[in-house]
Amino acid sequence: MLLTITTTHTPATDLGYLLHKHPAKVQEVELGKGKAHIFYPVANEQECTCALLLDIDQVGLVRANSGTSGNAFALEQYVNDRPYVASSIMSNAISKAFASALNGKCKDRPELVATAMPFEVKLSVLPVNGGEEMLYRMFGPLGYKITAIQHILDDQFPEWGNSRYFTVTLTQTTTLHTLLSHLYILIPVMDNSKHYWVNREEIEKLLAKGKGWLEKHPERQLIARRYLRHKTSLMNDAMTMLMKDDIPEEIVNAERAETIALPKPKLHDARLQIVCDELLSTPVRSVVDLGCGEGKLVKLLLTHPQLTHITGMDVSSRSLEIAYQKLRYDQLPDNQRKRLKLILGSLVYRDRRIEGFDAAALVEVIEHLDPERLRAMEKCVFEYARPAKVVVTTPNKEWNVTFTTDGQMMRHTDHRFEWTRTQFSEWCRKICEEYGYEAAIKPVGEEVEGAGAPTQMAVFIRK
Amino acid sequence: MKIQVPELSLVVMIGATGSGKSTFARRWFGAAEVISSDSCREMVSNNENAMDASEDAFELLFYIVGKRLKRGLLTVVDATNVRSEDRKKLVALAREYHTLPVAIVMNMPDKVCLSRNEARADRNLPAHVVTGHIHTLRKGMGRLKDEGFRKIYELRGEDQVAAVTGITREPMWNVKKEEQGPFDIIGDIHGCYTELCQLLTKLGHTVDAAAHTVEVVAGRKLVFLGDLCDRGPDTPSVYKLVMHAVQHGRALCVPGNHDMKLLKYLRGRNVQLSHGLKDTVEQLAAEDTAFIEALKVFLDGLVSHYVLDNGRLVVAHAGLKEEMHGRGSGAVREFCLYGETTGETDEFGLPVRYNWAAAYTGKAMVIYGHTPVYAAQWFNNTMDIDTGCVFGGKLTAMRYPEKVLVDVPALATYVEPARPIRMPGTGINLQHEQDDVLDIEDLMGKQVIETALLNNITIREEYTAAALETMSRFSIHPKWLMYLPPTMSPSETSALPDYLEHPAGAFSYYRRNDVRQVICEEKHMGSRAIVIVCKDNRVVADRFGIEDNSIGTCYTRTGRAFFQDKTTEQAFLEMVRDALTTRHFWEEQETDWVCLDCELMPWNAKAQALLQHQYAATGTAAVHAMDAVVSVLRSTDNPAVTTLRNDFEERADMCRRFTAAYRQYCWEVKSLADYQLAPFHIIATEGRTWFDKDHVWHMETIGHYCGGERNPMIRTDWKLVNLDDEESVAEAVGWWEALTANGGEGMVVKSLSFIERGSKGLLQPAIKTRGREYLRIIYGAEYTAPVNLTRLKQRGLGTKRALALKEFALGVQAATHFVAKEPLRKVHQCVFGLLALESEPVDPRL
Repeated sequence: MLLTITTTHTPATDLGYLLHKHPAKVQEVELGKGKAHIFYPVANEQECTCALLLDIDQVGLVRANSGTSGNAFALEQYVNDRPYVASSIMSNAISKAFASALNGKCKDRPELVATAMPFEVKLSVLPVNGGEEMLYRMFGPLGYKITAIQHILDDQFPEWGNSRYFTVTLTQTTTLHTLLSHLYILIPVMDNSKHYWVNREEIEKLLAKGKGWLEKHPERQLIARRYLRHKTSLMNDAMTMLMKDDIPEEIVNAERAETIALPKPKLHDARLQIVCDELLSTPVRSVVDLGCGEGKLVKLLLTHPQLTHITGMDVSSRSLEIAYQKLRYDQLPDNQRKRLKLILGSLVYRDRRIEGFDAAALVEVIEHLDPERLRAMEKCVFEYARPAKVVVTTPNKEWNVTFTTDGQMMRHTDHRFEWTRTQFSEWCRKICEEYGYEAAIKPVGEEVEGAGAPTQMAVFIRK
Repeated sequence: MKIQVPELSLVVMIGATGSGKSTFARRWFGAAEVISSDSCREMVSNNENAMDASEDAFELLFYIVGKRLKRGLLTVVDATNVRSEDRKKLVALAREYHTLPVAIVMNMPDKVCLSRNEARADRNLPAHVVTGHIHTLRKGMGRLKDEGFRKIYELRGEDQVAAVTGITREPMWNVKKEEQGPFDIIGDIHGCYTELCQLLTKLGHTVDAAAHTVEVVAGRKLVFLGDLCDRGPDTPSVYKLVMHAVQHGRALCVPGNHDMKLLKYLRGRNVQLSHGLKDTVEQLAAEDTAFIEALKVFLDGLVSHYVLDNGRLVVAHAGLKEEMHGRGSGAVREFCLYGETTGETDEFGLPVRYNWAAAYTGKAMVIYGHTPVYAAQWFNNTMDIDTGCVFGGKLTAMRYPEKVLVDVPALATYVEPARPIRMPGTGINLQHEQDDVLDIEDLMGKQVIETALLNNITIREEYTAAALETMSRFSIHPKWLMYLPPTMSPSETSALPDYLEHPAGAFSYYRRNDVRQVICEEKHMGSRAIVIVCKDNRVVADRFGIEDNSIGTCYTRTGRAFFQDKTTEQAFLEMVRDALTTRHFWEEQETDWVCLDCELMPWNAKAQALLQHQYAATGTAAVHAMDAVVSVLRSTDNPAVTTLRNDFEERADMCRRFTAAYRQYCWEVKSLADYQLAPFHIIATEGRTWFDKDHVWHMETIGHYCGGERNPMIRTDWKLVNLDDEESVAEAVGWWEALTANGGEGMVVKSLSFIERGSKGLLQPAIKTRGREYLRIIYGAEYTAPVNLTRLKQRGLGTKRALALKEFALGVQAATHFVAKEPLRKVHQCVFGLLALESEPVDPRL
């Protein structure tokens, strides 16, 4: 919430001209959700410090935003770090308070604009996503000397560890214009969390601020990506589409880049094809995809005229909405639309709408159920719905050795369990015994010696 | 002349155009009861004479008639109905809904019809059409009975029409709603007379076995579920006693399949003397003809089933599905006698019975027999109490409405059952088995849930959709979720300048609603937790139907497991269980399980992530930033910053207080001993809820089991406040101030009674009054700054309070259903609904 800029340039008070703020005055600028105070703690020939102090209206911050999006009622909206940190609001304040300096102008002393001066910048406090290392990666290539103090979450509970807040001091001899443009872009990039009231013009402005250094920055990809993420989190898809042409190619590509930390085998599409083939290997006329998610398998199934009824079921109404969009449901011709149905449902509740199908698919679904609720799913599928064919796929835990040594690690945070090949075949055997099915187990994906394939699949045939 | 029709019947008017059907129907039946083809024709085509619209018109007519019959309403069809095929469709419709078809034939002379037809300005059909009608009608008259009409009235000529003086609606024989019991309902006796006498005696009635009479305890009535005869040693005596009791108004009796087969035999029909009938025939040989005649009359007069106690109880020999309750048709009678079979036979050559009770969702409790079972058990609000006495089992009676089973063992195994009766130990609890999976149909879409406290509660469709995802992905097994606590509203926003909340607000709420005594309970700052703990894992299996060797569960207010790890959970619950066992809780409260509403500490046990990512993070950011700001302002040698400096110094102090506030709810959890559980409500134990006890009872009773070594349960401080007594009120306020001065969360104010009503209905079950310091973690560190506080005081509590009441009613209802052993479906509907309501957008700071 506090930014101080100090120079020892002689005369140091030149800073006042550059910033276009008189050192003797305490001034104020209005921000969207509060104000910023500008004053000079020190102002003499040898040393001059200008402070930019954010004074954010906590209550107003919330009130203005409520009632818009789905999480308008999340408690974290009310108690959070925003009023106390340097975030996009600080960038906003810089552009408001020091507009001419940021734009490289100085009415009274134009020669100062291009003059490099020794600067020391202090930020209290800067939230950093990525730890101290990130500070060095971002500011280091720009020539800053960095001093950072990381604050512990709570000194009464040292076991909770460090927070992501730093008191940061940056020193360098450069022009004020360059300094401010670095801060303007990198503060929100360090923060990397959602922020408020960024509009389109400001995005353009921000991009302009990067001219001359961003394209040479070794971390430009990361900067661009983080940068854009804030914007997309705030704007709806239509807005993003609208802006696409206005955004440099590099940034658009960066946004598209994969950011997933866990190794995600590129076998999803292949897996769906295998499941699809398996489902259609017999004269099946109707298929229900249980846990259809965004409708990828359903889309694939639609291309097979053999099927007269295809139903996708998912427990998340959000996923179904996306599925409707991806399948372009509204634009499907009548005869296609008649074949297809998407329903909101759950595998732990009996559902008569999934009864009467020739075949059912459960692709990467069962591992999302708590073990104690598996029995409900088994009864739903194998006792009540009882299709003649059921295709089940689930990760093979043994294969995890190909990317981790951590035996507890799972491939997705929502996985409640992952089974070894023995566990899976044991489960299949139990299902067959209890509900009168026969099962064939097949590997899906490239097999690794001793660990098997990434995915295991069982095809159950009703006896 | 009076025409008599059963009160639930489909009356089919039959007659040519101009025979006076419509006039007759209008004259003697209610306007809504008469569905005419003409008006249907008009509805679908704007013109009641548009003959080309007949097909659509009749489709509509059938639809309306079907809906009415389904709802149990007498309906009159006003159409010509002269053709047999038209009438057959109506008879089939009546049968589909198990109502009785009645024909009223308007058989008028030709000239009457013809002259009326000609007189009609709007529609006058060619004469040959009218005579054609009349001809068809007369030709078909003789077939009406075969077509299935139960009663046929033929009115010949205008004189007879004029002679009709009224329509008598005969009540259904099987509906005896006014019979409210209490009843002792007795299962299949099969000639086991001695056991019957013993059972009646055990039930408290006075039996004279030799005289075959029973004096029934005053006020009670016996209900016999049929199959009095066959297989056992003394069928005649059983009949004598039952007949005597029925004739003297002491008993009701429904027929069993064996009784009806005996009747056939007695009427001289050719029946096989199998399945024990031979014994009966031999035993009856010694009886005189007067008895045999009386027996025939008795058996002939038995009504298939009874609907009793205003529709709350149905008794039938083999059970009865809901759509047949109080209905009359051959199919109903068949069902009552034989139940439903799948059409297959089992390995013993007996028909495979389809368990109709599995799909039963009716409101009425159904008590039946017919299928011998090892032990009677509740299944979807139905119970089979035929415990196979004649096969060496026992003779069972159920007391209604007490729902208590009374039985006597068989004195001998009189016959071996053809199919083994399910043995103990291997016996599956049908209800638990079925409740493994509940039906989504009962939960989704717009829901209207009946509750005792608030009548019907409506849950919007979009909220049930959200609940489905939460319930499916995150909650524990529905079998555990017998209760969820309601959300709690804060007290009225305080008018005091420095406070957002103050006890005065809560007190004024209750005082305004005429409550004189309230209880104030210290509010612990932890996480709300529901703890269900059982004496041992057998109880979990038997009562909750969960076979995982656990002894209980601990879940959050949204139905999620409190502990991530099952081992920790069970170890913690064992400590709770042991503390209860040591202090004789199970004996004192006569139960083997308990459901407690509690606060579980420390806060960080559940909310560690929230604490670190939100509270501690915000705290450390605020304190360090503020310190930097204050230090810069202090070193600024410019008098113009004085105001700023003062302002930020104060705010820096608020930020430190924020950190201080959340800190005290946290402590490191190294072992189980670091958890504290503060129970404040005993929600339920076996067979009962405790909502009828006041809060002093709850606090005192719980107090007995709290504290001491190795006991995670701690006592909660409380105070009883008399709102009429200023001193008492002042003392409570002082207490609250002391509790909250250092950041204590505050207190909860409740009416003394658990459930309290005011003149405008149900009152808030509890109101929280949170401390001034505590509220920093809710409203932000600097909420107390006057500029913030004045704005924050513009808060509305209406939505929150309405929500709290609905959730309270649903929670109470869920627990009530659970202790009454209602099917899990009903419990879960309430819990699911409650969770769905939680997706309603409400300011989370309230």
